[in-house]
Amino acid sequence: MDAGHAMGMRVEPTDAQIVARCRSGDHEAWNELVERFSRYVYAIAVQAFNLSGPDAEDVFQEVFARAYQHLNKLRDDEAIRPWLAQLTRRLCIDRLRAASAEQLEDEVEIPDVDDAMGRLDESMALHEALATLPESCQEILDRFFARDESYRTIGDALDLPSGTIASRISRCLTKLRSELEGRNLGAQAS
Amino acid sequence: MTAFNEEKLAEILSALPPAPEAWVRAAQELPLLQQGLAQIVERADADEDYRRRVVENPEAALEEADVVAHAETVEILRRRLDK
Repeated sequence: MDAGHAMGMRVEPTDAQIVARCRSGDHEAWNELVERFSRYVYAIAVQAFNLSGPDAEDVFQEVFARAYQHLNKLRDDEAIRPWLAQLTRRLCIDRLRAASAEQLEDEVEIPDVDDAMGRLDESMALHEALATLPESCQEILDRFFARDESYRTIGDALDLPSGTIASRISRCLTKLRSELEGRNLGAQAS
Repeated sequence: MTAFNEEKLAEILSALPPAPEAWVRAAQELPLLQQGLAQIVERADADEDYRRRVVENPEAALEEADVVAHAETVEILRRRLDK
C-alpha cells in the first residue's frame, strides 16, 4: 500500500490514463470520463452561455457523442479537458446562432465567456484536489457547496448528527487547503 | 504561500454543480447505443427480410438490441440504414 492510500487519500487516474482506456474500448473508463467532465460541460453550457434546459441538454449529449466518436483524433490524451471545452464552446455558439436564425435576427449575440471559463477551469482544478481527499470529505464538501444541501439533508444521507456537519465541513476544508498548498493553487484561491 | 480564504474556496467549489443525473446516464450509455446500432445495421445489410422489419418498426428493433428507442435514436438508425 502506498503512502497516499495508507493515509486514506485517493490516487485518481490521470485524464490521459482514462482516455487511453476509453480508446481500448473500456466501458468503465468511458463512464468515468463522462462522470469526470459532466459538470464542466454542463457548467459551460448553462453558466457561461446561459443556454436553456433543452438547448443545454442537446449540447451536453452532442459533446459526449462527438467526444466518443472522435477520441482517436485527440493528439495529446492529457489535453482532453481543453478539447472538450473547445468542443462545448463551439456547439453552444452553433446553438445560439441557430436560435437567432429561427427568430430572424440579423446578428447573434455571442457572450464573452473567457472570464467564466477561467472560473470553471479554476473550479475543475479544485475539484481535482478534492478528489484526492478521503471519500467522506469529498462527499460532505460536495453535498454542501456544489449540491447546496442543508446540514439536515447531509446528516440524513450520511447518517451523521446534523450538529457535527459544520465542524466536519471545516475540518475537510482544512484538509483541502493543505492539499492545495502542494499544488500551488493557493494563490489563486486566496 | 498566501493564506487561503475559505469563502473563496467555497465559492469555487459551488461553481460546478452536478449535471442532471439522466443526462449523465444517457451520455454514459453512448457506447452501448453505438454498439446496438452497429449490430442492427450489420444484420440489416446481411438480411433483407430483417431490414424490411427494421424499416417498418425501428422501435422494436432497437428494443430487441437493448437500446432505448428515443426519437433521435430512431432517426440515427434510419439515416444509417439509408447509407
